[in-house]
Amino acid sequence: MNGEPKTKRDFLKYVLGGGLIAWIGAVIYPVVAYLNPPRQGEVEVSSVKVGPLTGIEKDSGTIVRFGNKPVIVIRTAAGDLRAFSATCTHLDCTVQYRKDFGVIWCACHNGKYDLTGRNIAGPPPRPLDEFRVTLQGDEVFLSKKS
Amino acid sequence: MKNLGTSLYRWIDERVQLRDLVEYMGKKYVPVHRGSIWYYFGGVSLFLFIIQVVTGILLLLYYKGSEELAFESIQFLMSKVSFGWLVRSVHSWSANLFILAAFIHMFSVFFEKSYRSPREITWLTGMLMLFLALGFGFSGYLLPWNELAFFATKVGTDIAGVLPVVGKPLMVFLRGGEEVTGATLSRFFGFHVAVLPGLFTVLLAIHLLLVQRQGMSEPLGIEEEPAHPRKTMPFFPNFLLRDLLFWLIVLNLIAILAVFFPWELGKKADAFASAPAGIRPEWYFLFMFQTLKYFPAKILFVDGEVLGVLLFGVAGLLWVLVPFWDRRSSRGQKNRLMNYIGIAIVIYILVFTILGWLL
Repeated sequence: MNGEPKTKRDFLKYVLGGGLIAWIGAVIYPVVAYLNPPRQGEVEVSSVKVGPLTGIEKDSGTIVRFGNKPVIVIRTAAGDLRAFSATCTHLDCTVQYRKDFGVIWCACHNGKYDLTGRNIAGPPPRPLDEFRVTLQGDEVFLSKKS
Repeated sequence: MKNLGTSLYRWIDERVQLRDLVEYMGKKYVPVHRGSIWYYFGGVSLFLFIIQVVTGILLLLYYKGSEELAFESIQFLMSKVSFGWLVRSVHSWSANLFILAAFIHMFSVFFEKSYRSPREITWLTGMLMLFLALGFGFSGYLLPWNELAFFATKVGTDIAGVLPVVGKPLMVFLRGGEEVTGATLSRFFGFHVAVLPGLFTVLLAIHLLLVQRQGMSEPLGIEEEPAHPRKTMPFFPNFLLRDLLFWLIVLNLIAILAVFFPWELGKKADAFASAPAGIRPEWYFLFMFQTLKYFPAKILFVDGEVLGVLLFGVAGLLWVLVPFWDRRSSRGQKNRLMNYIGIAIVIYILVFTILGWLL
């Protein structure tokens, strides 16, 4: 310390400086908060009706809505039904069933998954999440695997 | 008529001393040497930007920026509005040529080492404008709300999301939520027509002011040559007329492209359809897209794409900061290493763009 006494000027400097910082904060905070989109209440979906089994051909895949997420339902050549999240674990594209190779394929970066959802080739880092497929009579239903 | 012109000039001159500016322009000379041709690419980038502003404003008169109406409004524009197809095609073609011209301009500046002291700020503002131009391309691509654009935006914003720490909030900010939806379209529309043009204009003003203030950069080593036989050309009217001629040629090229290769609209985006085969981003992102394809899913403990994105980030930063680490060029010494780096980068970009196109 130089021993200089605190003056009225110093006091004013702190008050005005502090006021300025508070003012900047009061302007910036609402702007930043405004830019951050509010969370939309999502409808919690536990089960979705896909349709009649007869409507799903063998050796084919189709995308269905599960809440606001796409799910791919595959009927294998043998007739088994399987369902996985259709969102590629690489960069969020929507996958499709490739009859010619018998795999789930992502067109964006050539990622491949086998028919158990396991990532087998290309850049995807994780398998696709599996969904439970149930039959009630002829109707196919999807639900989340717990 | 001539009298009216003269008196108008005098009237303005009395108020703002126009004569000083005219005298200044008259004293401005452009160096003439083996690399003079490259000077024109800056001007042509400016011209293409002006075309973008004009056609962009015209498109705004019909475009509707919402999930339900965007695709339909472009369909209407292209099929019902007189010359709507032409305005949209010119906007799309000119956007692509703008980025091409900016890339050529950037590499010519790089190889001539024109970024060296005292023109560091000109290089920095130029690089920032190039990034904004890529932002223009990326945001504008989504606006017609078609299938290709929808998935390109999903991938592009997801790439932002893989960045450590800031990635997730950045992705949510860009998308206007967790997913690519109508909220993303609204944001991209706002970025494309308000935020980016505003920022770009400020940078452009600084960039042009610096070019005027500092004059054109001359190639390294030319200062050592005797001053007397060094050739120059008056900026006004000699260089300006050559500039205008080049602009006219480019305008013709755009007209030919727009008429014979009109820009397609494709299929409307559907969030519940699979990504179509053959999907790829715009050509100027292709080399990065193709590189990411070759990264394995995991490299040690890190996701391949995280590493890829970080590597591109670091390389981009080094490129932007080149005037500050290439000290030899700033001291006026030849630096061959920079040429080799530049050539390697050009070859890499060309090879990976072609691979991305073919595969």
